[in-house]
Amino acid sequence: MDITFQFDWQAAFASIPYLLKGIPYTLLISFGGLAIGFVIGIVFGLLRISPVFWLRWPAIAYIEIFRGTPVLVQVLFIFYGLPQLLGGPIDAVSAGIAAIAVNSGAYISEVVRGGVQSIERGQREAGLSLGLSQIKTFRYVIWPQAFRRMIPALGNQGIISIKDTSLFAVIGVGELVRQGQIYIATTFRALEVYLMVALLYLVITLTLSLALRMLERKGLVGQ
Amino acid sequence: MKRTAAMKTDPTAEPIVRMEKLNKHFGQLHVLKDIDLTVAPGEVVVIIGASGSGKSTLIRCINGLEEFQQGHLDVDGKVLKPHGKASKTLQQIRTEVGMVFQQFNLFPHLSVLDNVTLAPRKVRHASRDEARQTAERLLERVGIADQAHKYPAQLSGGQQQRVALARALAMEPRLMLFDEPTSALDPEMIGEVLDAMRELARDGMTMVIVTHEMNFAREVADRVIYIHQGEIIEQGTPDEVFDNPQNERTQSFLSRVLTH
Ligand SMILES: Nc1ncnc2c1ncn2[C@@H]1O[C@H](COP(=O)(O)OP(=O)(O)OP(=O)(O)O)[C@@H](O)[C@H]1O
Ligand SMILES: [Mg+2]
Repeated sequence: MDITFQFDWQAAFASIPYLLKGIPYTLLISFGGLAIGFVIGIVFGLLRISPVFWLRWPAIAYIEIFRGTPVLVQVLFIFYGLPQLLGGPIDAVSAGIAAIAVNSGAYISEVVRGGVQSIERGQREAGLSLGLSQIKTFRYVIWPQAFRRMIPALGNQGIISIKDTSLFAVIGVGELVRQGQIYIATTFRALEVYLMVALLYLVITLTLSLALRMLERKGLVGQ
Repeated sequence: MKRTAAMKTDPTAEPIVRMEKLNKHFGQLHVLKDIDLTVAPGEVVVIIGASGSGKSTLIRCINGLEEFQQGHLDVDGKVLKPHGKASKTLQQIRTEVGMVFQQFNLFPHLSVLDNVTLAPRKVRHASRDEARQTAERLLERVGIADQAHKYPAQLSGGQQQRVALARALAMEPRLMLFDEPTSALDPEMIGEVLDAMRELARDGMTMVIVTHEMNFAREVADRVIYIHQGEIIEQGTPDEVFDNPQNERTQSFLSRVLTH
């Protein structure tokens, strides 16, 4: 039948205002989670390369656990499991932010470790031999160089985490996919609506890619 | 125009470096064996020896980039203990001891000017203007005043090494360490770096230099030290060591390096 091949542009466009309501949630959860994940990543990435064994092993354990389990399981655990421990409910948005934070934090820890370890030993030696303390050598010499090298991998993680938030429709967060599902439930226009959902994700991730490319190009000055 | 050690160094002054029976191991490898070395203020000491003999390790002990296991070491009156890790004393020593590396080790993310002003500002707490003026004077002195706003990667090797020298001098060190400062340079750039070092020696800077540039060593050194498998087996004035070496290992080493 020709009806199965009929793509209804009008229905597709009509869904957009409704889908846009999901975007603030998608952005809040991904960027909120990534911001916390970045802080976690710096702390655990540096602990991970500490010469002190009892600082290093908790970091290794954290990284392995949260990198080795699916983000969907993590968010289900936080949303449905943790309230049993805490004795009170957690709202779905907070659960989503927490899941992105701990998950991206594990990957970013490894990105930070790789970035810092990639800086030649001579840089640290030059800083120390000028009389800079260990901390100042890290802050002014190692970190700025390591951070530049980390940008592509951080961008990658950002894009992955943005897409991961689509899984949080299962706990009822009104993000992009969830808005799409609700809209389809009344209009039955799955093809059109999911195409629009996909395009909206692309707009977000391409914008991020572009911003990062500009940041990287700026960082290249003087390299 | 070499001055003799007697003219420019005061034998009664406290030595800047005093090493006694210093021993250093890398695991099983005994790299430095009972090293005795004192360096007087104003003295220029050149260390020569074959690859792997322990020259780098020796001068890196002086500013604590390598730790040692036994013996005594004091630098600028401050004692560095065996197995010494990061400490306040070590950091104080490093502010008084400059180092120039074979691979320059400039900070690639900072301009030439910022390379030179970083430590004075963050360690000595110099103001931005103060640090900039000192940096400009030093860059002028090593002949690269016009490159101050470039980044290290935009400079030739010889220019980079002169920036590295200015960066170390900006801390107004009492002692300068050089670990093969010209070994990574194209031949045509070696001269400009040696010239800058020559001038520094003439101005009375205390220097410990590891180098394979024997003519330069002969010219600037007050004392030449030959190290073989972690031991100092010969030392003396350049004339004594180069023209009349006593130890046969020194003789064979010199016959190998001086023929080229
Ligand atoms: N970090 C290290 N770990 C283990 N062994 C090392 C280390 N650094 C140096 N060594 C060893 O110690 C010995 C002395 O090394 P060092 O770098 O001091 O020699 P060198 O005289 O400076 O040689 P070159 O002229 O090649 O620079 C060598 O056998 C070297 O392989
Ligand atoms: Mg060496």
